[in-house]
Amino acid sequence: MAITKKDVEHVARLARLSLTEEEKDRFTAQLGSILGYIEKLQQLNTDQVEPMTHAIPMTNVWREDRMEAGTLGSPEEILKNAPDREGPFFKVKKIIE
Amino acid sequence: MSFTTLTAAEIADKIRSKDMKAEAVTTAYLDRIRTLEPQIHAFNEVFNDQAILQAKHIDERIAKGEIVGPLAGVPIAIKDNLLIRNEHCTCSSKILEGFTATYDATVIGKLREAGAIFLGHTNLDEFAMGSSTENSAFHTTKNPWDTERIPGGSSGGSAAAVAARMAPVSFGSDTGGSIRQPAALCGILGLKPTYGRVSRFGLVAFASSLDQIGPFGTTAKDCALLMNVIAGHDDRDSTSVDQPVPDYMAALNRDLKDLRIGLPKEYFIKGMDPEIEKTVRDAVKVLQGQGAVVKEISLPHTEYCLAVYYILAPSEASSNLSRFDGVRYGFHAAGATNLLESYEKTRGQGFGPEVKRRIMLGTYALSSGYYDAYYAKAQKVRTLIKQDFDNAFKEVDVIATPTSPSPAFKTGEKVSDPLQMYLSDIFTISCNLAGLPGLSIPCGFTGGKLPVGLQLLGKPFDEETLLAVAHCYEQVTTWNKQTPSLTRPAATLSHRERD
Repeated sequence: MAITKKDVEHVARLARLSLTEEEKDRFTAQLGSILGYIEKLQQLNTDQVEPMTHAIPMTNVWREDRMEAGTLGSPEEILKNAPDREGPFFKVKKIIE
Repeated sequence: MSFTTLTAAEIADKIRSKDMKAEAVTTAYLDRIRTLEPQIHAFNEVFNDQAILQAKHIDERIAKGEIVGPLAGVPIAIKDNLLIRNEHCTCSSKILEGFTATYDATVIGKLREAGAIFLGHTNLDEFAMGSSTENSAFHTTKNPWDTERIPGGSSGGSAAAVAARMAPVSFGSDTGGSIRQPAALCGILGLKPTYGRVSRFGLVAFASSLDQIGPFGTTAKDCALLMNVIAGHDDRDSTSVDQPVPDYMAALNRDLKDLRIGLPKEYFIKGMDPEIEKTVRDAVKVLQGQGAVVKEISLPHTEYCLAVYYILAPSEASSNLSRFDGVRYGFHAAGATNLLESYEKTRGQGFGPEVKRRIMLGTYALSSGYYDAYYAKAQKVRTLIKQDFDNAFKEVDVIATPTSPSPAFKTGEKVSDPLQMYLSDIFTISCNLAGLPGLSIPCGFTGGKLPVGLQLLGKPFDEETLLAVAHCYEQVTTWNKQTPSLTRPAATLSHRERD
């Protein structure tokens, strides 16, 4: 399946990735060649095959809805990793005008 | 006696029996790291002070007569995508710049409990995406057998550290071969456990339906010792399986009489490296000589594994890596005027080329209009691949293949062609897709003195048989005892000598 630079720009937007012009050109060529290789899957008839999501049977696992304080670090330790914070909050650009 | 020639099991025994002090052992390994690191570049960070503190603490506990864990005083190197409380975790990516883990991964907690000493965090391909460690944002690790060559990847730092005896054992993660392929290229053992055998909690996720954590070592016994500590169910990982954990050490003493080994014809194809093929076939003959029965089998969907993997793994990665947005931790790009632009700039500048390539590939495969043709199709073919193995394991107990189609290649040789690089994993990917355990063991060398690995694949949750086969093989061969000669600085080696 041919992939165009416009496709690459669209996918980059979906993936929240800013790409340089040089990267867009490179990815257009490289993704095209990788997707070309992947095309071989279309040779197989899979109409009667169930899709597999995991290698082992999976069931949903529930636990009691209670807090396990401190097991993942204190709020202060966690906030210390933030590039930008204000008091006990992560700070981001304004999203509501 | 040199501490750095001992196995983890020997170290543990001698420390417990008070023949050696944990501090002296850890100091010896830290010294060796200091000496060899300028040649090998296995580590992103060495925990010099913390390691000594941990070791002293073990010595104090032993002096007081306290009961200590099975790994008391054993130094271990850890891949830099496993969280260790109060230490940085970078995944060899710029986007995790400055991040400090606020908790231990479950595996790390268990190792800590068992008395292990953490030597440092080892280098990897960024977010474990790669087969050579060349995708690290920081440096390329060198293969201890030939420092002009790559150690394999993505867990190349952990493999090189053990091969150079900068650590007796180490840990990596394996999504498509990232433990087994570097183990093969570095001449040591590397085990990817069955999916669900080991908790992934605290492992930075790459592809959640494929990732597993596993050990590197120089003997089957050391791998068994580590598996005894890390295997088991964890409430914090709903994909870890609640099934009894066997005693892997006890399982080593089985013999190979009547063990059925299958050689899949699709893994011995025309045009493969003849030295690799011969070495692997010779290794299988040794096992035959020890009582195993060898027969040819077929895994008919083998040729589709790589294509399935390069849809599923990037798809899962594109979703998992959406968390790196420059808000809660890590790198944050300056100069954005709104939140969307802030995400795009942070991710555009923070991720390296291979990670971006895979996020793009995965986002494309999952995007509207392409989902059925790619992702859904790949999941169906994955079922067929799993069925191949289910059928094969009705006839055999273990499947033997080469681990890697080639020995360690030269640094830079494959960086410009992603598809060529992806082909390095052609023999290791099926194991992750089917969720099986896989072990790579050293089984010889090429004429150029580069290590070759034999891959053993087992039935789900049958790591015991794989380790038993490896242990038997070690009783009659010495490949796992060979070490690279790193005593002379690389600069004094002439090209003639190296050839």
